[in-house]
Amino acid sequence: MRPVYAVSGGVSKFAKARPDKTYPALVKEAYDYAIADLGLTHRQFLEIVDGSVGSYFSDHFTRQLMAAIIPQDYLGLCPKPSHRVEGGGATGGICFQEAWKAVASGYMDVCLAYGFETMSHVATWKGNEFIALASDVSFDYPVGGFYSGYYAMMVTRHMKEFGTTPEQMAHVSVKNHMNAYYNPYAQKRQKLSIADVREAPMVAWPLTRLDICVMSDGAAATVLCSEDGLAKLEKAGGRDIPRVRVTGIGRGTDAMRMADRPHQSYDDFLKYNLLPSEDTDETRAYYEDLWAEGFRYPGIHSFRAGRMASKEAYTFAGVTDPVGELDFIELHDAYTSSEIQTYEDMGLCRYGEGGSFAASGKAFMAGVAYGLDLAERPVCPVNPSGGLIACGHPVGATGLMQAVFAIWQLQHTIGKHFGDATLQVSNAKRGAIHSHAGTGTYVTVSILEKED
Amino acid sequence: MAKHKMEETFGGYVLHDVPFPTELDEAALESLKEMSPILIEQPYSITYLHSYGQDSPFFAGLASGHFLVSRDPETGYTYGTARGHDMYTGNETEWVELPAEGIVHAFTVCHFGSEEFLPETPYVLVQVEFPGVDTLFLARLIGVDPLDASTDWIGMKVKGRFRRLSKFKPTDVYFYPAE
Repeated sequence: MRPVYAVSGGVSKFAKARPDKTYPALVKEAYDYAIADLGLTHRQFLEIVDGSVGSYFSDHFTRQLMAAIIPQDYLGLCPKPSHRVEGGGATGGICFQEAWKAVASGYMDVCLAYGFETMSHVATWKGNEFIALASDVSFDYPVGGFYSGYYAMMVTRHMKEFGTTPEQMAHVSVKNHMNAYYNPYAQKRQKLSIADVREAPMVAWPLTRLDICVMSDGAAATVLCSEDGLAKLEKAGGRDIPRVRVTGIGRGTDAMRMADRPHQSYDDFLKYNLLPSEDTDETRAYYEDLWAEGFRYPGIHSFRAGRMASKEAYTFAGVTDPVGELDFIELHDAYTSSEIQTYEDMGLCRYGEGGSFAASGKAFMAGVAYGLDLAERPVCPVNPSGGLIACGHPVGATGLMQAVFAIWQLQHTIGKHFGDATLQVSNAKRGAIHSHAGTGTYVTVSILEKED
Repeated sequence: MAKHKMEETFGGYVLHDVPFPTELDEAALESLKEMSPILIEQPYSITYLHSYGQDSPFFAGLASGHFLVSRDPETGYTYGTARGHDMYTGNETEWVELPAEGIVHAFTVCHFGSEEFLPETPYVLVQVEFPGVDTLFLARLIGVDPLDASTDWIGMKVKGRFRRLSKFKPTDVYFYPAE
């Protein structure tokens, strides 16, 4: 496989509704930004780009089948090769990785990855119904299909197993909304308190409206390339492009119905799921104690797909101590609770410690005043952009939005793109993006690194 | 956040004539770039004929007051939710009848829901754990106060009751506190 670089990106303004533009025009908004950042005109880029991957989640939202060909056509990329990918909430993350594969395999030197979703075309509760159709329509959906309900069930189990509290979850909401305050692309830029989060309308106990991401219209695009592709882009644009290399990808899956998830033994967990960073006598003893108390893996409190995606990506990129070696993570916080679950899957803390990790301050940004009493200094900022909860979640664009923000972090250009450098992680050298579908059915993790 | 806000709904007036320049000179054509978007309603309705396929006996069982689960004949691994083949051995599973009695493994109270279920809010969802069964079953729980949710509900003994008039849905069995 060849080295792959992620060289630029663009994100349309995410909003509750963007009736001002059709979705191909939203993709164009993100695309124009991405190529302008390379110093290229559309005609120049068309000469160089070999093809694309397009992503959107739901044909129901667009009421347009084969919808990804329309941006391909609108951008003027026909007749270059392309295909559409779909994998629930992880659609954007999968799109990024498929573009990576196109370049790594030698099939393309320059590949555009674009994604979009227009969720405003139906009423919010109808939109929730569409999303719930991404659960088993024989056994899950008819019982009261509602994704917030599914995640709430997971977290009640997490609370019971580990003593996680709604207040710890609210720390994630305060953090992500506050980060987004400095991100002009974000849909919800709010200064909140723990009380604001807990006193917001209850949606699915214990998740309130401020624990849950919103629906959005939006698009995002990134450009990936080989070393040869990079040389072509630099020559055409007449400028050096800061090198951000995709050094690892990983992907995991799990059963569609969370009821079907296994309840593995300690030995199987050690054999299949333990991260190298956890392989110490102390952590083995910690897990042995958890199993003695009745913990089983992954059950419904943990995302085995997220763990396996992380494990694969870390192995690929040579990450052995995630919390020490990742300077930031943009992860799929559709719910505050799922951010906490994902801390554990990604090995930022051990299973069971996500709640205390959330409230510790370790995942917060340095230099941002949150109005919280945090015991620890930031170690690995999580969702410095504001994440899905505050930026919005136009599904097919979301994973690519994370990639764009990660590229900007690693190019040290957040100040340029946001008009404010508050969210720039100082001296960021390596970051991870994490995209997640369903109740943890498809999960992607990609590692990006600044190359000097 | 805005605490006093009415829910936005679709629908409204039909606009038969949209303001439009009478003379399409250069300035008027340019001004069209500033025009507000036109949004129209596109109704969409369809009835699917959904087959339960190999899972059909489960639903027939519910209609007859029997709760069936799936078991691997070789290993005894038992699924709380019907499944035609075992994910580890690849074997076809066999049907086993169980008493619809278990404990609450996890739960939530839905105060909102998908459009189809909004009229039923607040409703309680539970993952039910059955003794000797390796996986869970998603169901509705009644007989608890939805405004008094607590993690103490986890571990609660529950019993299933079958609807007299079957809808051939998993909700043909629902659960209530056994004590």
